[in-house]
Amino acid sequence: MSTIAESVRLTGPTLRAQILERLGQNRWGRYAVISIPGLWLAVFFFIPFLVVFKISLAETAIAIPPYTSLFELNLEEALLEISINLGNYRYLFEDDFYLAAYLNSAKIAAISTFFTLLIGFPMAYLIARSHGTTRTLLLSLVILPFWTSFLLRVYAWMGILQKNGIVNDFLMSIGLIDTPLTILQTDIAVYIGIVYTYLPFMVLPLYTALEKLDGVLLEAAEDLGCKPAQTFFLITLPLSLPGVVAGCLLVFIPAVGEFVIPALLGGSDTLMIGRVLWDEFFLSRDWPMASAVATVMLIVLVLPIMLIRNNAEKQGEAA
Amino acid sequence: MKRRSTFLSVSASMGFVFLYAPIIALIIYSFNKSKLVTVWGGWSLKWYSELFKNDQIIDAALVSVKIAVISATLAVVLGTLAGFVLTRFGRFRGKMILSGWTTAPLVMPEVITGLSLLLLFVAMEGMFGWPAGRGTGTVIIAHTTFCLAYVAVIVQSRLISLDETLEEAAMDLGARPASLFFLVTLPLIAPALVSGWLLSFTLSLDDLVIASFVSGPGDSTLPMVIFSKVRLGVSPEVNALATLMILTVAVGVIAAVFQMRRQHRSKEIQE
Repeated sequence: MSTIAESVRLTGPTLRAQILERLGQNRWGRYAVISIPGLWLAVFFFIPFLVVFKISLAETAIAIPPYTSLFELNLEEALLEISINLGNYRYLFEDDFYLAAYLNSAKIAAISTFFTLLIGFPMAYLIARSHGTTRTLLLSLVILPFWTSFLLRVYAWMGILQKNGIVNDFLMSIGLIDTPLTILQTDIAVYIGIVYTYLPFMVLPLYTALEKLDGVLLEAAEDLGCKPAQTFFLITLPLSLPGVVAGCLLVFIPAVGEFVIPALLGGSDTLMIGRVLWDEFFLSRDWPMASAVATVMLIVLVLPIMLIRNNAEKQGEAA
Repeated sequence: MKRRSTFLSVSASMGFVFLYAPIIALIIYSFNKSKLVTVWGGWSLKWYSELFKNDQIIDAALVSVKIAVISATLAVVLGTLAGFVLTRFGRFRGKMILSGWTTAPLVMPEVITGLSLLLLFVAMEGMFGWPAGRGTGTVIIAHTTFCLAYVAVIVQSRLISLDETLEEAAMDLGARPASLFFLVTLPLIAPALVSGWLLSFTLSLDDLVIASFVSGPGDSTLPMVIFSKVRLGVSPEVNALATLMILTVAVGVIAAVFQMRRQHRSKEIQE
């Protein structure tokens, strides 16, 4: 058996050439296979953004659909009228409300990401340092909540944080406070909710990075007289940096556009852009404005981060 | 050394407690007799019977399961193709674009994905008359699109770690590309397809934001019904529903772990 595998391995390069040649003969079949997922994603993922951009340039109208058309073909006079309305964008930049919403979303997402990292790092480290069954068990404990409903986990916090909820009951019973605190419907509840729901997204990439860490390096550092804290900041942290970056991005980007958590845990004054977009669309029925909000969010908050991520990946591949 | 490891264990355990305390509290309070969710009034199964009497929740659950099964299946087919093309086809024109398109839905904020798909559907309806209105079909398309990305990533990582000699041997023995894929590659990556399907199924079942944008007026999914109930405040029926869903998942995961262990052991014995 092993000799067959061996000979296959040895003849590898020529086989590769054969495979490529055979695939080359079947070029059209190849393109057909590529185009199935490609077309699906083009139609249902890429083109939608163009539509959003187009509608962000339209005007609100009392009609179905509730926006004006950009192009008007006048056949009698052979005239193509194009009307582009930049008013939505002007309004977006002139009204402080939207600017505040963008900034506040970025702030809430950034602070939450920091705390997720703070809580997730020891967990990932412990998992990476443990062995055998313990490791599998701890890892499944992190993944398990991932399989249960996100909405219901956010909902669980409503019961815990409300005025007569578990947290307030506990704090009052140990005599730390006399009157219940208002936690639900504040920004603090939103932070707790985001950190809680996105914790597995942080722990898993951190674990992958820390698992690769060579224990010998840590021992060497210790032998050379490094204190535990020094070892951590000089060796462990820099070497786990790819995991830190990946985890932070996986938490930060979706948190910026979060709708469910501020809607359920936040107060009426918790300003987040995902919620503004939702209200603009469903409550004000101003589809062009909602599209403009989405376009700016994509260009200012999401696109730069995705480019950074792509760049990091490419560098990782090159190295 | 000793001190650091105690610090590590304590802080890590606190993380795990943080992760599980809300879920456990939810389960306990689902058996609460009292209507006030947080005031303990003794054990009771009252809310479970209320739950099974609630037709709206049951109908929504059926709609959700139907959507999840269809979109998970479609996502596995398309995601496997994407993952396969990206790892096994070498360089081709548009590879960068395809790889960008497959990973982008993973991080795209849901409100943007939801809004953009709805606007696409509305524009398509205006141009081609399809989809007339919206319903389960549009939700299935939306869910397939973002689940496809997860499947593609799982399949890709499985294909990268896979030894290519088997595929090369099959080629050498004269397998054509199609039979190579179906007879050799597909069985080898079957575990990835199963976990991709399960993940897609859960993601679809769980999605609120995208479904709210693209579903029709009569086709509320379970998360949409839960959200509208929960928005008005904590409801004990939802506690019961949550407990059932969490227990189902827990049983499924535990069964899967045991199954994997058994397979692992029998493999060890064979060797």
